[in-house]
Amino acid sequence: MADWSSYTLSDFLLFSSRVYERLFELHNAVVWPAQLVMFAIGLVIAVLVLRPIGPVGCRWICGLLGAIWLFVSWSFFWERYATINWAANYVAPFVALEGLLLLFMALFARPPVIFFCHSPGSYLVLMIFGFALLGYPLIAAAMGRPVQSAEVFGIAPDPTAVATLGVLALGRGPLILFASVVPCLWCMATGLTLLALGWPDWFIAPLLAVAALLARLLRGGREKSAA
Amino acid sequence: MLINRRIVLKTAVASAAAVLNSLPLRAAPETFALRSIPSTGETLPVVGLGSWITFNVGDDQLLLDECAAVIDAFFAGGGKLIDSSPMYGSSQSTIGYGLKKHRHRDDVFSADKVWTSYPDAGPEQISRTRGEWGVKRFDLMQVHNLLEWKSHLETLRAMKARGELRYIGVTTSHGRRHDILERIMNTEEIDFVQVTYNILDREVEKRILPLARERGIGVIINRPYQRGFLIKRFASEELPKWLPETGASSWPQFLLKFIISHPAVTCAIPATTRIEHVRENLAAATGNLPDANLRRRMADYVRQL
Repeated sequence: MADWSSYTLSDFLLFSSRVYERLFELHNAVVWPAQLVMFAIGLVIAVLVLRPIGPVGCRWICGLLGAIWLFVSWSFFWERYATINWAANYVAPFVALEGLLLLFMALFARPPVIFFCHSPGSYLVLMIFGFALLGYPLIAAAMGRPVQSAEVFGIAPDPTAVATLGVLALGRGPLILFASVVPCLWCMATGLTLLALGWPDWFIAPLLAVAALLARLLRGGREKSAA
Repeated sequence: MLINRRIVLKTAVASAAAVLNSLPLRAAPETFALRSIPSTGETLPVVGLGSWITFNVGDDQLLLDECAAVIDAFFAGGGKLIDSSPMYGSSQSTIGYGLKKHRHRDDVFSADKVWTSYPDAGPEQISRTRGEWGVKRFDLMQVHNLLEWKSHLETLRAMKARGELRYIGVTTSHGRRHDILERIMNTEEIDFVQVTYNILDREVEKRILPLARERGIGVIINRPYQRGFLIKRFASEELPKWLPETGASSWPQFLLKFIISHPAVTCAIPATTRIEHVRENLAAATGNLPDANLRRRMADYVRQL
């Protein structure tokens, strides 16, 4: 397409605010009670992160996140979002790749070292992960949208991406950076989508992605000074 | 240039259509304003129905039924032309759902688009689209946003020659690529162009609309309300005291009457999800339509707001 400068964000929006809101309502209704299972998995990941864990624990974290990303790729992007956004058909494979990468890290690669230490970076990660698990589902109601359209970790991509970035910010290993790419890009993409829709909470996912990066930098400084 | 029967006939029909379309339309309130398609003389109601964003509802049953109700109200109010595109997500299948549910397949003037970078993929996409609508053939097929227009126009011409389409055309929006559009209008045999035109976006008045009249090409207008922005923008402004002269009774009708009163316009396609809005839009096609002087006053009034 020529003359890109004449395009605005809203030119790339294919659906209305109401349709996007109902997307989550319908999705939640279809997958119920998977939300409860995902919440439980989120708690397990939180416990594994907080307690001193060895390689087995880190493999479990990556494995659980990998399975969740595969589920989100299929159930949300392929089966749900693609019905109103043909671009989701092209995004779904990358989301699935994220899941496969995390599963690879869990099963075959040298496990990343994911650990919590008493540092500003780690506490920031705790807040990010906690918000992804507990705060994100409340955003819809806080913004005046139906409670049934709440976005839940493991079901909707936004809190899933935020939680993943939080956990990975605690990790060290060769594949950690690669595993951060898809969640980071999604946080930016969803921010732009919600901005185009005029949703006031558009900034939350991008802000938390930046916070996860900050957490990583803070932890990096702390670890160097501890050494 | 060889004078053949086709050129003579097309010129005669275009001339007659131009004369008819330039006459002031002062139909009785209950009569719907019609415009002639220049290439054949067939008449169309001057207000149609777009489907960008509004009908892209996926498989949400609640929203599908709401859209079907809008489509039903559209036909009940005298509308005919519905426009869509493969780019509009699930809008095409929503239209098909609405046409089937309320049995309007035979009532519709179906206008869709071919939208693919691969010339060879055009026929297959059109076939898939026809399946979504559930119609036997499209009345109008357009090359969307001039994407691969040369190849696709060849395809559409061949399909029209075989009787698989009735009309062919091209589209742009937001005032983009008018230079290419003008070239196509001057050199290609097409029945329709689709462009953006409204009381603020008036670029097409300079060349495209006059050229359409000169070449006997029908004009479909998209973004009559700039996706609702114009209505929101002016909602809190006072309507002019001379509003009754325009035949409008609200801002949306004021804005729509400005567009459809241009003699080159064949049909405007506002999109909506609400029955009351579709009725309001259709009502703009009844009663007085402003003449050139009144249109100038309307534009001046809006400019000074």
